Amino acid sequence: MPSIRFRLNGVDTNVDADPDRSLLDVLRGSLAVTGAHFGCGAGECGACNVLIGDRAIASCDTPLWSVAGKDVTTLEGLGTAKRPHPLQRAFIAEQALQCGYCVSGILISAAALLKRNPSPSSSEVKEALDGNLCRCGSHNRMVRAVLRAAAEMAAG
Amino acid sequence: MNQQAPSSAAGLPVNLAANPKLSSWLKFSADGEVTVSPGKVEIGQGIVTALAQIAADELDVEISRVRMVRASTAMSPNEGVTSGSLSIQQSGRALRHACAEARHIFLTAASDRLGVAADALSIQDGTISGPGNVTTSYWELADDVVLDRDATAAVMPKPVAQRTLAGRSTQRLDIPDKVFSCPRFIHDQVLPGMLHGRVMRPDTARAKLLELKEDGARAIAGVVAIARDGSFTGVVGETEHCVEAALKALQKGATWSQAETLPDENDLASFLKAEPSEPVVIDERAASMPRVKSRTIARQYSRPYLAHASIAPSCAIAQWDADKVRVWTHSQGVYLLRADLALVLKLPIENITVEHMEGAGCYGHNAADDVALDAVLLARAVPGRPVRVQWSRQDEMTQAPFGAAMVIEIEADLDAAGEVVDWRHSVWSNGHAARPGRAAQPALLAAFELEKPFPRMISSNPPQANGGGADRNAIPLYDFPAWRIASHRLLTMPVRTSALRTLGAHGNVFAIESFLDEIAAGRNEDPVAFRLRHLRDERARDVIRSAATRAGWKPERRPGVGHGIGFARYKNTGAYCAAIAEVEGDQDIRVMKLTLAADVGEAINPDGVANQIEGGAIQAVSWALKERVRFDQQRITSASWSDYPILRFSEVPDVEVEVIQRSDLDPVGAGEAAHGPVTAAIANAVFDCLGLRIRNLPITRDSLIAAMELNK
Ligand code: FES
Ligand code: FES
Repeated sequence: MPSIRFRLNGVDTNVDADPDRSLLDVLRGSLAVTGAHFGCGAGECGACNVLIGDRAIASCDTPLWSVAGKDVTTLEGLGTAKRPHPLQRAFIAEQALQCGYCVSGILISAAALLKRNPSPSSSEVKEALDGNLCRCGSHNRMVRAVLRAAAEMAAG
Repeated sequence: MNQQAPSSAAGLPVNLAANPKLSSWLKFSADGEVTVSPGKVEIGQGIVTALAQIAADELDVEISRVRMVRASTAMSPNEGVTSGSLSIQQSGRALRHACAEARHIFLTAASDRLGVAADALSIQDGTISGPGNVTTSYWELADDVVLDRDATAAVMPKPVAQRTLAGRSTQRLDIPDKVFSCPRFIHDQVLPGMLHGRVMRPDTARAKLLELKEDGARAIAGVVAIARDGSFTGVVGETEHCVEAALKALQKGATWSQAETLPDENDLASFLKAEPSEPVVIDERAASMPRVKSRTIARQYSRPYLAHASIAPSCAIAQWDADKVRVWTHSQGVYLLRADLALVLKLPIENITVEHMEGAGCYGHNAADDVALDAVLLARAVPGRPVRVQWSRQDEMTQAPFGAAMVIEIEADLDAAGEVVDWRHSVWSNGHAARPGRAAQPALLAAFELEKPFPRMISSNPPQANGGGADRNAIPLYDFPAWRIASHRLLTMPVRTSALRTLGAHGNVFAIESFLDEIAAGRNEDPVAFRLRHLRDERARDVIRSAATRAGWKPERRPGVGHGIGFARYKNTGAYCAAIAEVEGDQDIRVMKLTLAADVGEAINPDGVANQIEGGAIQAVSWALKERVRFDQQRITSASWSDYPILRFSEVPDVEVEVIQRSDLDPVGAGEAAHGPVTAAIANAVFDCLGLRIRNLPITRDSLIAAMELNK
């Protein structure tokens, strides 16, 4: 089994696995990192989104080999209760979810957006989140939360 | 109108009377915590927080001291199913009484210990103090006070004015875990020694497994067992990866019988009306002074089958220990699931423990219970080891029960002024409930697939007294002088249906509110004024007036933009909700804005209520504009998100919600209030915008074209 190296949430990581396995399967199955969720396995819902470099990518649709040498960030790497990312703080402040199963992928898509566009408009937020499905109807609160985080980050 | 949740003869709330032992509801510990264990479960609606608020309020402790435990048949009160928006009404009331009584018991114990009369004592954050600075606390007394006794009706909860937490917006307790990825979901649980399982389901409707070649699957590294019983087949292995591969191999080696034929998806109305059905007259009202009719108008409305389409595929874990089995599930009813498992396994219920764990948002009876039986059957092949089974997206979209398709006919006799003198409403639909735990036969998918199969359950309808099923909200709230309401429940069920959010209320409210709009338009009367003129209930009038005021009814006419209203009181006994929709469109309809007003009685957590109303409203937009289960003669074809699209971020309207607080009235659920009104408001706004009445959901480009053809 070839060994593949990448950085996961800032930590050098080495996995011995079939390089064609999906990154999602490796994260959850081999590395016990459960931030990225399985929703469809077909790149259609965004529940499994992770950051690869600065881009939000569906990890269910990403073969392990393709992340060799790259930086992978899951929700766990975004922030913690002690050191929350502004997005996490904003999602709590806006109570921006119902069940929250979709939220891990949505926070990742939002984080990618704020990296490339620190002060998005609400339609830019919606566009950035358009690949993420939410079945509970929490969309508007999530958009507000992303705008709130952007404002907080801009204020320093 | 009945505003109170029913009480038992003894004066206790029903769920407390059924589970009277106080210690089954709450326990105090010496280290300053109170553990509350309701029988209701978190399904993404925030109930756990609302119940914690109630307990904290009634006990006079900070909410941070309240530890909520998940429902389990091992210890929780049996509160049936978490559904029908009854949770807060039933569980909240029972918990409030239980806490009030516990508080009283502690005060009595404190009075003995401190030598101070109980009524001279006060409680603050669990510390009990009296004159002369004497103090004790729940925590000090915890070991001496016995809550292992039955509730009496002797202690009444605090009056509304003394509640400090209930009625205020409180941050939901589960949200931090979810944004910091601390595993709460069953999907994220890893138990020691846990194996994974997958079940093979036929691609075509109800096909039977004739032959299976297992070698391909067995050859895959990590596969531990292949379990087969009749057509039910599954594989257990060390990793998800290997069981997925094994499943593919099994599918290759499987030969299936012919599928059963499915109805024509493009002519559901004819199908529903032609099938054998059981007719029931739900309600009849005769005019005291019949008025002369001058004409009759009749309209037919329909809605398709709808999928739950939860964002997560269903998942369960099971573990056998000799002849006992433990099950972790996101089912809405742990006791009900246990009852069905006992039927299938032919085991006494004591041998089965069912524990709740959160899943993704749940909107009714989805595959949560099915996958639990799958896990139990697969885990039997590997005694002692927990087996986690997760469905595929495809199975979630095609094998789980759907919300039933409905066709609704309404006829109205109008007098010369266009006023309704008689109203006849008939609905044809499969039943809207086939939940587990309620019949002598199980309702779980695998049970129908076994070598000795149980008969497939045909959905039924809850009685109208409990809100009804297909007939839910079929009885108008308007003061028409005469009516006849009938429901025809299908006795065949080629497409599996069970409870989906609102049951039949979605279809019926859409039909009634659309027809009403047409009648008002026929009189050249403003639709809001028409409704207000026909409603006597002030709470109903209030939500309509509030929504209308907030939306600036009626906004000025602009080309390409339309406004419409919809209203209902959910189940005719639950939450009131009025919705005003603003739509834009020509070939495609976009909902730009929704303005809602809701009255849920006491809103324990007003922000939580607004969140639920908003979520329901957005889901309703998705149902109204996009959703329809697709099938050909052989199979359900809407098996993925591309074949069953739901509303996306860029399509979501602005939503404003006003919650009318009624602290003195029992709380009712908010989750199902908005679907009917929002759907009707959109259809009525489409008419306002394009002059087209869309009577068949969903409202798509195709249905606009069909309506245009009809208009010609
Ligand atoms: S699970 Fe990867 S996009 Fe749905
Ligand atoms: S919050 Fe439930 S799916 Fe988004």
